[in-house]
Formats: sequence, structure tokens, C-alpha cells
Amino acid sequence: MRNFLKRFYVFLIFLFLYAPIFVLMAYSFNSSRSRGTWGGFTLKWYRELFRDREIMISLKYTIIIAVLAAIIATILGTAAAIGISSMRKFPRSLVMNISYLPVLNPDIITGVSLMILFIFSNMNFGFTTMLIAHITFNTPYVILSVMPKIKQLDANIYEAALDLGATPSYAFWKVILPQIMPGIVTGCILAFTLSIDDFVISFFTTGVGVPNLSITVFSMARRGVNPKINALSTLMFLSVLALLIVVNLRMSRDIKAKREKESVSI
Amino acid sequence: MKKKVMTIAVFIFVVFASLFTGCGDSTDKVTLNVYNWGDYIDEEVIRDFEKTYNIRVNYDTFATNEEMYVKVKSGSSKYDVLFPSDYMIERMIEEDLLHKINLDNIPNYKYIEPHFKNLDFDPNNEYSVPYFWGTMGILYNKTMVDEPINSWTVLWDEKYEDNIFMLDSQRDSIGITLKMLGYSLNTVNEKELEEAKEALIEQRPLVLAYVIDEVMDKMIADEAALAVVWSGDATAAMRENDDLDYVIPKEGSNLWFDSMVIPKNSTHKEEAELFINYMCETDVAFKNADYVGYSTPHIEARKRLEPEIRDSVVAYPNLEDLTDCEIFHHLGEDLKLYDRAWTDITAR
Repeated sequence: MRNFLKRFYVFLIFLFLYAPIFVLMAYSFNSSRSRGTWGGFTLKWYRELFRDREIMISLKYTIIIAVLAAIIATILGTAAAIGISSMRKFPRSLVMNISYLPVLNPDIITGVSLMILFIFSNMNFGFTTMLIAHITFNTPYVILSVMPKIKQLDANIYEAALDLGATPSYAFWKVILPQIMPGIVTGCILAFTLSIDDFVISFFTTGVGVPNLSITVFSMARRGVNPKINALSTLMFLSVLALLIVVNLRMSRDIKAKREKESVSI
Repeated sequence: MKKKVMTIAVFIFVVFASLFTGCGDSTDKVTLNVYNWGDYIDEEVIRDFEKTYNIRVNYDTFATNEEMYVKVKSGSSKYDVLFPSDYMIERMIEEDLLHKINLDNIPNYKYIEPHFKNLDFDPNNEYSVPYFWGTMGILYNKTMVDEPINSWTVLWDEKYEDNIFMLDSQRDSIGITLKMLGYSLNTVNEKELEEAKEALIEQRPLVLAYVIDEVMDKMIADEAALAVVWSGDATAAMRENDDLDYVIPKEGSNLWFDSMVIPKNSTHKEEAELFINYMCETDVAFKNADYVGYSTPHIEARKRLEPEIRDSVVAYPNLEDLTDCEIFHHLGEDLKLYDRAWTDITAR
């Protein structure tokens, strides 16, 4: 009985998490435009999706900006985290608190202040301004996810590497980086998702001809969101799912291979 | 590891480089920046325009007039053609944000229904060319009401408790109440607004929900008997559910327009006029009306629509029936009166 309840509870949690996604996916095959009624099965929204230039342009910019912003923010954030960790106590907590602030700040304030800054510095609104904005709000998240990994590091491990003859950069690449890698990857993925999701900051910092997906979807509010968006969300969900499965498979294969190697060497 | 980082760096560089050279291609071509409501055009039309006139079109979309206004006013985005609604055009004219349109460059303006010229917000047709128009009214389910619906007062009938959808939009909801009480929906008379406020508070227990865009889906799914909607949504909903019908109440209602205008910070006024003229070509106006499904002010385009839409009194009511309908005006500072009343209503 207890086991049943446990399983039921887990089932409920996953139901709440995934029900909206499945409903959305189901309606991408609905031949009626309305979300209230079922008009029969169709694939026309998928066909129309790829013909819709506006959605395709938004998708392109969303992905380019998310990838670039995630990579650049990860590099900046990791470097910052390493720098911060070797500070003295007072400046360290000062800098950490300063980098917390943008995370706590409401998006709309970040967005408006960036917009004012860009107007003030006379920049042309468009791809560059949106990319800078995304890097700006992504970086603190990377710092926050890399910091704990650095704290876990044994402080002597770097010096031990130097003692054994490694140059500082060799020690960094071969000793420090592999150990904090999980934190960096988490930060990078977090930055990527935040960037794909973002509406408010993008809205204020983008310019002519550079929409992102959330802006395009939001602008459909008055006429009701087109089922093409359901189709697109379905495809995005499936590709992320496929990516996760591939990554997990490879990881478990790596672990297996490692174990076999170890048992052979013993 | 070093190699990996190098590849990433090279990748970033290549993407940047390709982006900047990408901008270089279009220098010889004029680029026209168009800002319209989301999903409010047949996209084929834009591609045809690009091909015919060898002009590149950057097409962006917005969800509310206010959103569009912020972008244009702040100067962060420089557009050449905008599609704002009536009251927003009035405001933009007042704030000197719009170019005067030279109608000599828009010969197709002759196709616009004469009734929709010289409108309140642009009395001399200097700034705007109508794109779509519509009314506000009551969408009702014929199987759920027993009397003929023709007045706003039905929304205050206790018989329909929990069977009414109202709009979660202050100007619209207060506006129809003012109409029911026999006042103008642009009133700034505090006594009249107070009366409307009291009426809406009295109505609250009868209302199932205050909704916005989801109202269409809910009415199609038979969730309530009555709802306040715009005519464009009503047409779409009635196509999905045969039990639905739409009426413009006899007290009068709101008449709205989305029109094409050219903002002052446009750098391609002539091409913008070319675009507006192109949008008024019969073929193009027909394609847009057919795709969007809203009422077109274009006489010839309307004639080419399917008979069931062309002759529908929902999409194209008799123009004489519209005499009691009013267009929203920009109220400026007086909008605060509406803000206050709406806060009082929703706070209950």
C-alpha cells in the first residue's frame, strides 16, 4: 500500500509537470484553429510552420543568440568565479553580493535600464544590443553555478600540481578545469535556457528585424496563438528530449568503459 | 581541452564575421521596416512586394498599441510603416510622431469605403489609411438564451448568473457600460463614470470570468451563454460553432480601426507610401482579408470574399446601424479616471 502511494505521488508530480506539454503537443495536430475543440488530425501546421518566414527568422535569432550568449557568458562567468575565489574575504563577499543583485533584480528593470544605456551610448538597436543584454543577465548565473564547485576543490591540489612540475596554465587546464567542469556545464545549460526563454529583456533591447521567438509568440496574443507555435514547441521539446537521451546514453557508456578498463588494469 | 576552447573561439569569430558581412549585402537595396500586429497579414503579400519593387522588408510584430508606442517613442527602433489603432493614432498625431501621407502617391485610396474616411482620429485623412475595422458586441449561444439578444442590459440579467464573460480591459468594459447607460464611451464626466462603476460592481456576482483572448475558445466550447467580444473574433468563433451568434446592441457600441501610418523617424517615406498603396491593391487587400478574417474597408476586396463572409452582418453590418457606435478617443490625463474606476471594480 505504501509503495502504491509512493508511486502514485510520483505519478501525480510528473502528470502536473508534463500534462501541459502533452496537451500542447496534441493540439499541434488539431485541424481546427481553436484550442477549445478538436477538429480532426492534420499535419498542416507543421507544413505551414516551415513556410512561415517570420517564425523561422525568430527561431534563427533565438538559437544564435542563445548559443553565443551561453558560450560567452560561460567563459566570462567561469573566469570571474575563479578570480573571485582567490580574493580576500571582504572583497570576495562584496563582489559576490554585487553579482547576486542582477539575479534578484526584476527583468523589467534590467531590460529598461539596458535600453536606456544603449540609447545613451547611441548604439543601433538590433542583434548586437540583444546579444550584449543576454550575456549580461546570463553571466551571474554562471558565476553562481561555478562558485560552489570551486569551493569544493581542495585548496592544495593546485599547488600540488605546481610542485609536480606543472606550469600554472597546464595545472589550470588539466587539474582545475576538469574538476569544476560539472559546474561550468550546468551554468552553460542554465544560461542557454534562460536566453531562449527570455521575453522582457529581449523586448526592450532588440531592434528592427531581429525578433526572438518569445516576442513573436507574444505578439500573436490578440489573434490567438497560431497552432504553428504548438507545432514548433513540439519539435523543440522532442529535440531536447532526443539530445538528453543521447547524452545520457553516452555518459553511461563512458562509465561502463571506464569500469571495464579499471577491472582490466587491476 | 585547449583545442576545444580554440574551436569555440574560432566558431564565435566565424559567426560574428558572417553576421556582419551578412548586413553588407543589402546596402544597394532599400530596406523597409514594417511593424504590425502579430499574425495580421498574409505573408505571401510581403514576399510579392519584395519581388515586385526590389525592396527588402523587415517585418516585426507587436501585441498591444502601447508596446508599439514605447518602441517608436523611445527611438530604439526606427520603423517606416506602423499599424496602430484609432486612439493611438490620435495620440501619435497629438505628439507629432507621424508624417503626413501624400495621398497623390496612394491612388488605391479610392477603393476605401467612403464611410471610413474622415474618421474622428484623422478628420482630414492626412495621416492614416484604414487596414481593418470592426465592432464590439455580444457573442451568444443560441441554445442557452431564450429571448432575442439586442441590448447590453442582458449582461445584467440575473437569469444568466455565472454564464457571462466580460473583457478584462478597462476601456472596453467601462465603455460598454457607459453605452448601456446612454452615455458616450469617451466621457470624462465623473458622475457618469461613477454610475458605470456602480453598475459594473453590481454586475460582478453574475460574471463567470473576466477574460481576454481565451474568450473565443471558451465560447466555442460552450462554457457560457454570453460574452463581450470583437467582431473579428466573433466571426472566427461562429465558424467553429454553429450555435453562436453575434449582435451589436441597439444602444450602440465601439467601432475600431487599425490603420497604416508613417512615423516621423522613418527614413524612407516614399517607399513607405509605395507599400501602403500596395497594401490597398485589390488583390493584396483581398489576400489579407481572406487570411486574417477581419472586416476590410476595401470595397473591391470585400466583393471578392466568399459570399458567406461578404454578406455576413457580423463582419459587415449595415453602415446605418453603426450611427450609435463610437470610436475610442485618446483621453490623455483623463484616462486616470478610468484607471481609478477599474481598480475599484476589480478590487472588490
